[in-house]
Amino acid sequence: MDLTLSPSEQAFRDELRAWVGENHPGEEPSGDEAAWEFRVAWQKNMYEQGYAGLSWPEEFGGRGATLIEQAIFGEEMARAKAPSPANILGLVMGGPVVIAHGTEEQKRRYLEPILSAQEIWCQGFSEPESGSDLASLKTRAVKSNGEWVVTGQKVWTTFAHHAKWCMLVARTDPDAPKHQGLTYFLMDMEQDAVQVRPLRQITGEAEFNELFIEEARIPDENVVGGVGNGWQVAITTLMHERAGLGAASAASVKIALGQLIELARERGVEGDPVIRQKIASLLIEAEALRLNAWRGLTQIMKTGIPGPEGSLPKLQWSAVNQGLTELAVAIQGEDGVLRDSDWTYRFLRARANSIEGGTTEILKNIIAERVLGLPRLR
Amino acid sequence: MNFDFTDDQQAIKRTAHDLLADRFKPDAVRELAEGERYDEAHWREIADLGWAGIFVDERYGGQGLGTVELVILAEELGYAAAPIPFLSNAAAGLALQHAGTDAQRDSWLPGIASGEARGAAGLLRDDGAALVADADSASVIVLIGDGSGVVLEPSDCEIEPVATIDQTRRFARVTPREGAGEPLGGDVAPALDRIATLLAAEIVGVSQHAMEMAIEYARDRQQFGRPIGAYQAVSHRCADMLREVESSRSTTYWAAWAAEAEAETLPLAAAMAKAQASDAGWSVTASALQVLGGIGFTWEHDLQFFLKRAKVDGALFGSAGEHRERVAQISGLGTPATAPV
Repeated sequence: MDLTLSPSEQAFRDELRAWVGENHPGEEPSGDEAAWEFRVAWQKNMYEQGYAGLSWPEEFGGRGATLIEQAIFGEEMARAKAPSPANILGLVMGGPVVIAHGTEEQKRRYLEPILSAQEIWCQGFSEPESGSDLASLKTRAVKSNGEWVVTGQKVWTTFAHHAKWCMLVARTDPDAPKHQGLTYFLMDMEQDAVQVRPLRQITGEAEFNELFIEEARIPDENVVGGVGNGWQVAITTLMHERAGLGAASAASVKIALGQLIELARERGVEGDPVIRQKIASLLIEAEALRLNAWRGLTQIMKTGIPGPEGSLPKLQWSAVNQGLTELAVAIQGEDGVLRDSDWTYRFLRARANSIEGGTTEILKNIIAERVLGLPRLR
Repeated sequence: MNFDFTDDQQAIKRTAHDLLADRFKPDAVRELAEGERYDEAHWREIADLGWAGIFVDERYGGQGLGTVELVILAEELGYAAAPIPFLSNAAAGLALQHAGTDAQRDSWLPGIASGEARGAAGLLRDDGAALVADADSASVIVLIGDGSGVVLEPSDCEIEPVATIDQTRRFARVTPREGAGEPLGGDVAPALDRIATLLAAEIVGVSQHAMEMAIEYARDRQQFGRPIGAYQAVSHRCADMLREVESSRSTTYWAAWAAEAEAETLPLAAAMAKAQASDAGWSVTASALQVLGGIGFTWEHDLQFFLKRAKVDGALFGSAGEHRERVAQISGLGTPATAPV
């Protein structure tokens, strides 16, 4: 057992820390368009200097970073409060799926522009009537004259208004059992048959969109992983979304907890025994999240199979982040409900944490069935 | 970064698990618990295997291994709910090894390591007494309170047996006579942190076993025509148990590692581990009782041994609330306006 970084991991971390120290672009500008351009520029800089897609194999422009190195990368970026790269969905989901399931032609065509942020990707999975029960989705793709014609509706599509490509899962065989009739497509967003409408959320902004798809066209060569295999391919992307995020999320809540302690001092409540107990509980949960994430990574590196602890970080992160923002608001009393405050924004935004990327309830189902071996309800 | 045991440590864990599963079958635990006694043959056997002195320096006859190995044994002993005076002896050994004078170590560590002259340890409270496991059979008793400690022989104190809810372990209220005993030589904080980690490790094993009992029952027990574990009210409760157990395990292993490799992290890690495990020990075992339903409330069911040990361990050497207060202090929140409960 050694919870320090090895010399090579340490060197990797030092290199990242030095690099982000020199290249950090500063505060994100306000305004949606300006913030977007800022994040595109940040990713271009990452790409030019070889820091985009570190986990990707070297032959596809990455650095073949191990899971531990990916976690270190996530920690360092969180620690430096570096912006999220514009094409985050392409980097963490789209690219890895093309690498795992794509044809040689698809790899040549799609990977480079993902890394360089030249082509932005979005994800078309959820639908108004298919959230947690994703495999029940109804968007239809029908083959006609060598191409696919797609009609349906998608929701919670981050960056759809900037995206060139949509990772779209659609039903290609309505008669097959629900998990088997799905296909994974790369849909060109630049066509009139795809309409994007922003979805305003409780914070007032619109991070997400709805997609209305009316007979959109997708060439047959844009199927990824074969017709009828969409569920398996989609699951890979979801696993990519979750793996390695634990350490980064622990680093970001740790920073937030430091700010919460600062807030408690400013408000003169740091001596209050109840507040102290609550802050200490959050600090412990955040540390447990970090340690469970690292233990999980060690298990995957050693055995190739995630241990039970690896299933926990996502739901722990959402609970800690909700808890700490709730406490920050409570500490401020009536000031805590004023609209134009960073804490108030984070407090409202945190409500989505236990829904996005798999609800806490679905994650508990997965733990119960796959980790604990309890019987399925369905 | 390698958050896992070495091959040698894995071997210790497997050996301990298998041996304890054989020696402390449910009926054996029940018989000892109902008799409120230990079997000295069990103690002899594990002492001969070197467990009693696993962390004690070799010059005192110990194995010279570390807190990680000690934690491995404590977790397995907790998993077995073993009625055996291991924890108390180890706590006294940690106190003497990390805070004793050379003379105190020379006097007591060989007996603690060989198991021939056992130790016991407790926290001295404001009323001048301490709740001490296995004080009635100890050759040396170490009491720690308010930043200092005292090393006592049985003749130095009044030892009054008390019954806690945990029948798998014997307890006594120990009151030192005025001016009796010899002060511990050094700083007690590093010793207390290791003892807190030791207790947290036992709770991890206790909680793990209670969780397994609940899961097994949830798979088998049928109501309304299907196993109760298929209902989310039950299965999500089990998922929450896993979160609690694994978080306790991770923080405990971290503290054990820090005790050996990163002394400056130990105070925070030990306080977090004991706070986390103390609360989790109760919530997991109580939740297991709820999954078991009526049968879990009966004397006949073995869950009670785990539930009660978890509760008592949670109270020993600092409650969850007290350890959270330490976390708050170490994390830059200054001192509290009033003391926590």
